[in-house]
Amino acid sequence: MARRLAAEVPDPELPFLTLGDLGILRRVEVNLEGAVRVVLTPTYSGCPAVHHMADEVRRTLMAAGFPVVQVDTELSPAWSTDRLGPHAREKLEAMDIAPPPPVDRAPVALTLKCPHCGSLRTGELSHFGATACKSLWRCHECGEPFEHFKALR
Amino acid sequence: MTAGVAGLWVVDLREVALGLGDDCLVLSHRLAEWTTHAPELEEEMALANLALDLLGQARSLLTLAGEADGRDEDHLAYWRDDRDFHNLLLVEQPNGDFAVTMTRQLLFSTFQELLYRGMAAGTEPRLAAIAAKGVMEARYHVEHARLWVQRLGGGTEESHRRMCRALDLLWPYTRELFEPTESWSRAADQGAVPPLSSLEEPWRHSIESLLADSDLEIPGFPAWQSGGRLGRHSEHLGHLLAEMQHLHRSHPNASW
Repeated sequence: MARRLAAEVPDPELPFLTLGDLGILRRVEVNLEGAVRVVLTPTYSGCPAVHHMADEVRRTLMAAGFPVVQVDTELSPAWSTDRLGPHAREKLEAMDIAPPPPVDRAPVALTLKCPHCGSLRTGELSHFGATACKSLWRCHECGEPFEHFKALR
Repeated sequence: MTAGVAGLWVVDLREVALGLGDDCLVLSHRLAEWTTHAPELEEEMALANLALDLLGQARSLLTLAGEADGRDEDHLAYWRDDRDFHNLLLVEQPNGDFAVTMTRQLLFSTFQELLYRGMAAGTEPRLAAIAAKGVMEARYHVEHARLWVQRLGGGTEESHRRMCRALDLLWPYTRELFEPTESWSRAADQGAVPPLSSLEEPWRHSIESLLADSDLEIPGFPAWQSGGRLGRHSEHLGHLLAEMQHLHRSHPNASW
């Protein structure tokens, strides 16, 4: 149960995705006294959301009755976009954010499908977007800008 | 001296982590100085993203460096004076114009990516973990800097002139990248970090081929400058630290 609850905590910057979807939740251990240790891994070294996530996990588990909750972060093995769960890509697309290419494809997409109109005539405006994990693109067909959850490997 | 993991002396691990952490912290601060001054909105976000990645790396490295003597990341960032900082002279150089900022980024990030790649395969597990995470970020930084250097070098007469000036200004600080301290050499002997001499060839090749594609070349007869790793800095670091540290020192342990 502790694992399920921790996995369902939403990401503060992409609230439609959970820590489980993103592959940020690494391990949940419960000892005989009911004390929980949760291990998270950051997407980027400087991800400012990690503290918030740790607080949310702690709050959620304590509200569910676990007396002691410890949240640690671990860098190794390093997080990559290959850790995204099976539903994460669909959820990103549903929110008009172009997902990273699947695991078995080249790490950098030559072109992305516009999440608004589906055109492949798109181009990157900037490698870096509003959060560390996204880049900024524009569709040449419909003219709309869109975000891309960029590949990190 | 105390032997740590993988036959590495604790004092050497501390020195290595401190130098690399200070590189990240100081360059992160420089990049953050561009916030609200960048030439366009997309670049504003890009520079802030680079600064954030480097700040994250700095936190991990300084935490590791401080473990040996019980000082935490904040203590190391805010309570040391310039002589106790071990960053490269290159990263403390002022932002100058956009050509200087991007040239500095190219020279440093190309070095950092190679270094992290070697360290990720090294024998010290905590350094390796930080490097494995950081190398993915450094790759994006290199790519970003290369695009700009190419665009500015092959751009207008004015952008080309500024790129030449930036290279002349910063090239003298690049020899220091490959000068190991005693701690670094011992850590390299233990396989924890790559020997710096092994990075120079690939670094030079990477930079040289880009400059050739950008109508630019490596300046001749530079007046080499070094000493940052040993705490001998240019006057610029003191000013940077004054801004970075004054709030924390004026209000110790303040929180909000």
